[in-house]
Amino acid sequence: MTASSLPAGPVAARPQPVWRRHVRAFLRDPLALLGLAVLVLAGGAALLAPFIAPQNPYDLATLDIMDAGMPPGSQSFSGMTYWLGTDAQGRDMLSAIIYGLRVSLVVSLSATLIAVSVGASLGILAAHAGGRVDALLMRLVDLQLSFPAILIALILLASFGRGVDKVVIALVAVQWAYYARAIRSAALVERRRDYMEAARALALPTRSLIFRHLLPNCLSPVIVVATMQVAHAIALEATLSFLGVGVPVTEPSLGLLIKNGYDYLLSGKYWISTFPGIALVTVIVAINLVGDRLRDVLNPRLAA
Amino acid sequence: MTAPVLSVEALSVAFRTEHGDLTALDRIDLAVSPGEVVGLVGESGSGKSVTGLALMGLIDAPGRISGGAIRFEGRDLVGLPERDLRSLRGTRLAMIFQDPMTTLNPVLRVDTQMVEAIHAHERVSAAAARARAREALVRVGIPAPDERLRAYPHQLSGGMRQRIAIAIALLHRPALLIADEPTTALDVTIQAQILAEAQTLCAEMGTALVWITHDLAVVAGLADRICVMYAGRIVEEGPVAAVIEAPMHPYTAGLIGSSPSRNARGAPLTQIPGLAPSLGRRPPGCAFAPRCPSATPDCAEPPPVAALPGRTALCRHPLHGEVRA
Amino acid sequence: MLTYLFQRFGQALVTIAAMALLVFVGVYAIADPIDMLAAPDATADERAAIAARLGLDRPLPVQFATFAWNALHGDLGRSFVYNEPAVQVILQRLPATLELAFTALAIAVVVGLPLGLWAGLRPDSASGRAIMAGSILGFSLPNFWQGLMLVLVFAVTLGWLPAGGRGETVRVLGIETGLLTLDGLRHLVLPALNLALFKLAVVIRLARAGTREAMLQDFVRFARAKGLAPSRIVGVHVLKTILLPVITVIGLELGSMIAFAVVTETVFAWPGIGKLLIDSINRLDRPVVVAYLMLTVCLFIVINLVVDLIYAALDPRVRLSESEP
Repeated sequence: MTASSLPAGPVAARPQPVWRRHVRAFLRDPLALLGLAVLVLAGGAALLAPFIAPQNPYDLATLDIMDAGMPPGSQSFSGMTYWLGTDAQGRDMLSAIIYGLRVSLVVSLSATLIAVSVGASLGILAAHAGGRVDALLMRLVDLQLSFPAILIALILLASFGRGVDKVVIALVAVQWAYYARAIRSAALVERRRDYMEAARALALPTRSLIFRHLLPNCLSPVIVVATMQVAHAIALEATLSFLGVGVPVTEPSLGLLIKNGYDYLLSGKYWISTFPGIALVTVIVAINLVGDRLRDVLNPRLAA
Repeated sequence: MTAPVLSVEALSVAFRTEHGDLTALDRIDLAVSPGEVVGLVGESGSGKSVTGLALMGLIDAPGRISGGAIRFEGRDLVGLPERDLRSLRGTRLAMIFQDPMTTLNPVLRVDTQMVEAIHAHERVSAAAARARAREALVRVGIPAPDERLRAYPHQLSGGMRQRIAIAIALLHRPALLIADEPTTALDVTIQAQILAEAQTLCAEMGTALVWITHDLAVVAGLADRICVMYAGRIVEEGPVAAVIEAPMHPYTAGLIGSSPSRNARGAPLTQIPGLAPSLGRRPPGCAFAPRCPSATPDCAEPPPVAALPGRTALCRHPLHGEVRA
Repeated sequence: MLTYLFQRFGQALVTIAAMALLVFVGVYAIADPIDMLAAPDATADERAAIAARLGLDRPLPVQFATFAWNALHGDLGRSFVYNEPAVQVILQRLPATLELAFTALAIAVVVGLPLGLWAGLRPDSASGRAIMAGSILGFSLPNFWQGLMLVLVFAVTLGWLPAGGRGETVRVLGIETGLLTLDGLRHLVLPALNLALFKLAVVIRLARAGTREAMLQDFVRFARAKGLAPSRIVGVHVLKTILLPVITVIGLELGSMIAFAVVTETVFAWPGIGKLLIDSINRLDRPVVVAYLMLTVCLFIVINLVVDLIYAALDPRVRLSESEP
């Protein structure tokens, strides 16, 4: 998108930078473009929640219990339209969803970022140190990956109790092993490459060897996978919150909104649960569309 | 001369790809008389396996028969409904494949795979089908047939499996057996045995045999006639002794020169320079011209037919015989 | 082999011990169940009395030692809420979960195999693509959301099936089961379907990939050359080839089905061990939580151990390369 605003002429004569070719290849897929648009919209809404939400859903002063359980499109006492209806406390669902999206995205993005960092560090450490450290770490990884993610997360949350920070820790614990393994095997391949030999021959300090030379080359395949993993993290966070062991009621994510509305689903007030669910599903599908395309463009080898 | 059991006229096969159609077979003609053994010789990629599959009606998408006719026992197989083709396969027309390790299904017992081949075409009792399967195993020289019937393929040797495949193919006494390099994957001693047995059985049953191979030596001892394929075309065709004695097409001559044989003991083997063209990049004229020692500029034109009594070749400058006007 | 066996058993025991410590410390060290059990206006003395009765006043290492010693005797403590042995509380609810998990497993295989086969046979058709798209959705959408949609459509909107609970059960051989009553079956349909959906996606992918691979094998070509009907080729040759890997993977998934039952049981108020876990976490009924986690972890370790041993028995290479896949 920025590419089109660059001046033409001498620039066009130069060979295209790699990234610009990637951007073009990416933009050629309409589904991926749609996914990207949805993500930009969702991310923007989450970021600007306090400014664009019609109501602050957690400011009890703005809630009116007289407006409780109103169907989509209803008018409030004060003349405001609840486009997506209200919940049992008279909270505007649209505002709740925007704020819920914010919690969901913050939790899953930060968890994935931390998991990649932790996993990458340990993976590199294992590959670099070898021997007992490697064996121990990889045994741990094998062990962890042999249990389903939800079980690990439940063990941790049963111990810690609810909380945004605790959910993040649980999501990190679930994901790190995956990255550690991927980075380790990439590092084992990369360290035998010529550029690493050259860097070693220059007697660069170990730290610079690892962080300036080895790590960047191992990271790129993981980035694509991490994109997709954000979708898994969102889904897992939603599941945990739905089970009532995730985020606290004071900071509801989409999953918790769905849980809160579930009881009313049976009595026909579908909107309290359904709209947050649609938001959740849309974001997950959008991430998958973008991730799929990213994988095809950046790493054709991974394409199934 | 009896009417041929199989007569192929101008058969073409094309494969659809992203870069347009690729021609795998280009207007080939082939006639096989009842009980005759025909050798189909060529390098890999020359179209010989595609020919075998086309004759069986087993060309799958993205491939298709793009022209010509396959007359078999008086019917044209091209465009015949799949149902009718299926009733011919295994009964009148049979085929065996290169790798005996993979042609038998590893998870099914030998008897299952033999009995189903009988039941596909005949309504007989299970006991009768089994008895016929056993008999067929005895016929291909398999010892302890009852034990083998109960075995899974991986419990048998490669030679044994190919014998079983031949037994299955001959269960219904077909008029034509197509053998696609069935001995290539086997030990040399087993190869010779299987070859001899297949030949004997076909002679007994009056089954015509089309033997596809890249090995000229195999055909020399086995076939009555030989067809040499190059880049999707049959470039030379004739009685096997005459062709080997005095090849018309330079490619055939190259093949003979590059295969170790009794006649040329001690003489150095020659090589054909260059590589066979890929399907996509075929010159419009003679496909062999770029590698041919006797090529001239006019070889870029489509090659004419050269002939000798009972023999033909697609060549402008045949080593023997004359170009027809 | 014997060394390997002992090694793996040793590892399993160490894992269980480590998990026991982790679970115990995690669950016992953090939250305080006395807050739940004591009346809000309880005095410090009353609280201390409760703590003493439950053994919560002793130092953590002592608590763990007692816990470990009792665990070895099959005693994982008494539920604070039900005032029954925790193991007993769980075992009472286990049949409901197993009923759900096995039914879901059966649905996943019975529905997934044909769909995967179809998608594998026609990967480029609209129906094949639709099946794959569906399986991607089954894979990536949260399971609880799928459950909610099932409730919304089949229970709330259409009113065909009940939205929750287990319905009428009968006692057979001392075990409560809903499989033998119409009401029980009606209650089972939606939860079982919900739990099956995720595995269904796995089965479809496996079956599709297996079918595509099998269809390219020589034995399929040979089966066609025998004149077998497509139904026989797909229904016997291909199905039998893909069945083994699918069944193996699905067997492995049984453990994760039981873990995932936590979600389904919560959505459908199914009185199994998964719902018990969530209720117990919310009520701080620590012995039940610990007992559930220990039992599930042990179950997983046993499943993994058995699978490893079977693979080692089948494939000697596994024993040589332990850490590298």
